[in-house]
Formats: sequence, C-alpha cells, structure tokens
Amino acid sequence: MSFLSYLINGISLGSIYAIIALGYTMVYGIARMLNFAHGDIIMVGGFAIFTIVSTLNLPPLLGILVAVVVCTVLGVTIERVAYRPLRGASSLAVLITAIGVSYLLQNVALLIFGSNARQFTSVVTLPNLKLADGALTISSVTIVTIISCIAIMIGLTSFINKTKVGQAMLAVSEDNGAATLMGIDVNRTIAITFAIGSALAAIAGALLCSTYPSLTPYTGSMPGIKAFVAAVFGGIGSIPGALIGGILLGVIENLSKAYISSQLSDAIVFSVLIIVLLVRPTGILGRKINEKV
Amino acid sequence: MRKFVGFGLAAVLAFSLTACGGGSSTDATTAAPAADNETAADNKDSEASAPAAEGGSFKLGVIGPLTGPAAAYGIAVQNGVDLAVKEINAAGGVNGATLEMNSQDDEHDPEKSVNAYNTLKDWNMQMLVGAVTSKPCIAVAAETANDNLFQITPSGSAVECAAPENVFRVCFADPAQGTASAQYIGDHKLGTKIAIIYDSSTEYSSGIREAFVAEAANHGLEIVADEAFTADTNTDFSVQLDKAKDAGAELVFLPIYYQEASVILKQASDKEFAPVFFGVDGMDGILSVKNFDTSLAEGVMLLTPFSATEEGSKAFTEAYVAAYGIEPNQFAADAYDAVYAIKAAAEKAGITPEMDASAICDAMKGAMTEISIDGLTGEGMTWDAAGETGKAPKAVKIVNGVYEMQ
Repeated sequence: MSFLSYLINGISLGSIYAIIALGYTMVYGIARMLNFAHGDIIMVGGFAIFTIVSTLNLPPLLGILVAVVVCTVLGVTIERVAYRPLRGASSLAVLITAIGVSYLLQNVALLIFGSNARQFTSVVTLPNLKLADGALTISSVTIVTIISCIAIMIGLTSFINKTKVGQAMLAVSEDNGAATLMGIDVNRTIAITFAIGSALAAIAGALLCSTYPSLTPYTGSMPGIKAFVAAVFGGIGSIPGALIGGILLGVIENLSKAYISSQLSDAIVFSVLIIVLLVRPTGILGRKINEKV
Repeated sequence: MRKFVGFGLAAVLAFSLTACGGGSSTDATTAAPAADNETAADNKDSEASAPAAEGGSFKLGVIGPLTGPAAAYGIAVQNGVDLAVKEINAAGGVNGATLEMNSQDDEHDPEKSVNAYNTLKDWNMQMLVGAVTSKPCIAVAAETANDNLFQITPSGSAVECAAPENVFRVCFADPAQGTASAQYIGDHKLGTKIAIIYDSSTEYSSGIREAFVAEAANHGLEIVADEAFTADTNTDFSVQLDKAKDAGAELVFLPIYYQEASVILKQASDKEFAPVFFGVDGMDGILSVKNFDTSLAEGVMLLTPFSATEEGSKAFTEAYVAAYGIEPNQFAADAYDAVYAIKAAAEKAGITPEMDASAICDAMKGAMTEISIDGLTGEGMTWDAAGETGKAPKAVKIVNGVYEMQ
C-alpha cells in the first residue's frame, strides 16, 4: 500500500515537471533556445496567486486567472525585449541572456517580497480521497495535478494539430526559413509559443505551490532545472516526450527516495539521465535531425 | 572664534591621549590614579554603567551584532548583560567591587568581531561576554585563547565556539541539543517510536541528529525512520512523511529550521498524519511564518531554554520590559545568566579588580567548574572543564498559538 502511495506522489510530482517541461520543450522546438527564465516565471505565478488569494482574500480561481494573465504578459514581454533582438545572435549569447533574465526575476521578487518563506494556501479545497479503509490517503491536490496534466497534454496536442496557429508552430519548428516563405509570421508564432509556455508556467506554479506549500523568490529554480532535465530526458522539442520525461523523472525521484536513500535521490535522478543520454543521445522520443549541407 | 574652537579640540584630544596612556599602563601600583582617569572618562561615556565605589570595578566586555541583520540578538544580549550588571551593582557588587560594562558592535562579522575585541583590550577588559553569534564567536575565541582572557558566550552554539579551555558557554552546543532532546523525550514519555527528518546538507541539523541517534537508545527510544533531505529538496517531504507514518512513528523529531518545518506540518496534515512533532531552537519562529496556518503547529513541542511567560522568569521579564520596552528573548536570558555565572565564579575564585586578565582567567577557569546556579535558562546549571553547560533541558508546547512551558 505504501508503494502505491509513493507511486502516486511520484506521478503527481512528475506531472508538475511535465507541465513545466512543456514550456522548455515548445520554446526549444520553435525558437531553438533554452529559456532558463522559465522556472522563475513559475515563481512569479506563485506570487501572483499568493497576492490575490492570501493578501486580498479573493477566490483561488480568480488568482489562477490573474496569474495566467500576468505570466503570459511577462513571457511575451521578456521575449520581445530580451530575446527577439538576439534572434540572429549565437545561441550562447541567447543562453546567457536567459540566465540573466532568470536572475533579474529572482532579485526583483527578492526586492518586493523579501527572502522569508511564506506558506502558500492551496488553491484546491476539495477533501482528500481515502481508499482501502483509510490505509491509503491521496490528497486532493495530487489528483487535481494529475488530471490537469492529462487535460493540458490533450488540449495542447489538439491545438497544435487542429488549428492554423498550431500548424504554423509546427512549420516554424521544421524549418523557419521555409515557413517564412510560405507566409507565416515567424516572430508572431514565437511570441504565441512564449505566451502558451508562460500561461502553463502559471498553472504549474499554482499546482507546485499547492503541493509543496513554501513560496520564496527561489521557488521556481530547482523545479525549473528538474523540468529541463525531464524535457531532455523525453527528447527536447517533443511534447509527448515532455510528458513521459516528466513523469518518469518524478517517479524515479520518489521511489529512490523511498527505497534507496532520501539523500541520494537527486544523484540517482541525474545518473539515470546520463545513462539515457549515453544510450539515446536525443532522449526517449527525440528525433534525429540530419544536418543538410 | 575659530581659533578658540581649534584650541579647545586640541585640548580635548590631548586630554583623551593622556587618559588612554594612563589606562594602558594600569598595573597594581598605579591602580588608583588610573582608576580616577577611567572614572572621568566613564562619566562622559553613556554606554558604560556606573563606576566603582571604593572596591574598584571589574571590566566586562560585550561583543555582539548591535547593527545589521542579526542586531536583534546582539541588542538582546547587551540589554541582558546591562540588566544583570545593574542588579548586581545595586546589590553590593562582586567581592566588594562593581561590574563595569562596555559593549562593542561586530555586525555579525568575524573580522569586525576581532576589531571589537582589540578595542575592548585597549579599554583593559578583564572578562568577556560574547560573541553572540557563532562565526564571530569562533574568531574571538581564538584571540582570547591566545591572550588567556576569560570568555563566556551566551549564545554561540557551534561546537568550535567553546573549543579553547578559557571559553565557556551558557546555551547548549548544537549537537548537545540532540542529546538533550532524546533525554527530554525519554523522561517525559512522549513516545517510543521515533522518526527523524533532518537536513543532511547543514552541519547544524546533521550534528543534532547524530547526537540524538547516539543518545536515543539510552532512553528507550526506538528510531523507526531516519530520513534526510537537502537544501535542494527542501520543499517535498511526502516520501519522508509516508515512511514515518508507515513505520508507526509516535513522535517525529525535526532538528531543522522553521521554514522547512512549516512545510512538513502542512504536508503531514494533508496526509492526516498526526504524531507529536518535536523541534529544537531552529523551530523557534514557526509561528511567524507568513500566511502560516498556526493551527497546524498546535501541539508542536520544541526545546527552548527560556520562556518569557514562565513563572520563574516573571520578575526578569518585568524588569526587562520596564528598562528596554520590548519583551526579552532567549538571547537576553542567556546573557543575563552569563553575568550571574561570572558573579558566582568570581566569588568562588575570590578575584579582585587589581588582578590582570590572565590571572583572572586562570582563577575563573577552575571556579566555573565548581559553581551551580539557578538561572533563567535552567536550574542547577553547572559547567565542565570543556566549557559546556549541564542543565535540565526545557521544552515548550504550542497551545492556542502561544508557547506554553511544560
């Protein structure tokens, strides 16, 4: 029974990683850049919800809505101000800029909210689910997290495959030069990608802080890195890959914590990543792209 | 007019130079005139307490952070010492001599702490209360060991703070809190199946846990789960809590800081896991976490040396609030006890203000191990030659959102 509990918690943690990993993987797939500020957008979402729900005492749903709007605007602004001017620059320059934006967001949050941790009020207020006469208690946040993750995956996949904007995103990720020739506005498509990724970050922030209720300006950085690992694990650029990578990472992390050592869980997670990359350098679902000369 | 001011300044400067010269050449034969000079200087110095009558005075230095982020600790110690010194002087002093205090700011910085120590040495300090925080205390302890000057730290809890043989401490050393917790849990029968959740990435937490594990068996405690986390994984405790719950833990020992503890309490309540949670001094502050639902902390116990609302500390608390306008904390109590320990040891050793710092230190080192005082932070406090205190551990329980002494 305890195994089941570890497994479910692992899937829930993995679902959060998967939602965050989507932001990394979509931006990488389309703009070919690693947006290291993504983790900190989660933190901004967390503080937006905290301000609405705990400081202004408004309903949690409104908090999530405001957080989604705030994060979307923030993501698009960052793209417009910091990344677009560097579109032609080397990928290293963009990477360094992304790290810079990440520190900027952390320090601005530090300035506004201070370094003291605050307890996050869960946005999920449903009762816990009890199975097998109370031997197994699954918290409602866990269930909501897993369901949200599945819903987001289905929604996103059909958005990309069924809508014109989604098709444009696919085209840009295949070959942005050819996409431009076909009349697709690449800058607009990239901006939409950032908007979707950041909106998902706000939702991830709500779920992350509800499950692990401690909010500081650094809240987003470690889950951000883990989600990046999940994206690479599943194959960066692949949306189903982000889901598989995220959930595997969460489950491995929780089970190794439970059965091997609670201290070594991170070491084990990263060792698995190294082994996977040695065997499959493009990740589990990653495609091999042949460079045309 | 300007010339006159300049002349006046020069005269003041010259006077202060002579005063310093007189001060630094203090020895047994010139003690009387030197003391006069000091008295003249002291009258201008508002920080120092009342000068001696005929018996002379012991010069007591205090080092702590009076400004900066840790200022709350340093100011509490300064106030605690000040209050004890005033009380002792009013009651006739120590061996017929009074105590004279001079406190210096170290901003919680080891280097500035050594500077403060040198300033106090120029003032001819004979005994030192401080430093307040661990790292500065370690730096100062190295200096006092060199100079053989008696030092007692109220609150430097890192092991190295009291490493030299001339340094004593009032609080428990970090690992000793583990021993004390095991003893307390065993004596008060709070549970026999114990789970531990600790931070393996800090010396503070792992040190306390190690001592706790070593002592647990002596008090009939069985450790059923021993789980760690690190600074990178300090938000998710679901696995650790599940393991504690599955192992049937009746008490969860948390030798960690309150930020992480607040998350553990929240996640435990989500899991409907309700053992006794027992913390150490790092848990102090749990009720101040922003937006924390304090009902989650209901029934949490923590080891703490001092409670302002306790019967035995009422008189102290009233006098402290009257003098400084704020409620005393454990640092103030530790400092107050430190001064009374000095008084008891000084009376035992029979030291006099004419003795130099090194001779005082030699006499005090032996006397400290022979005294026993009933302080605010413990009854029957004793010290061993290593400088560590032996006192019965005290714990509070959070009831209706406030600490209640057990």
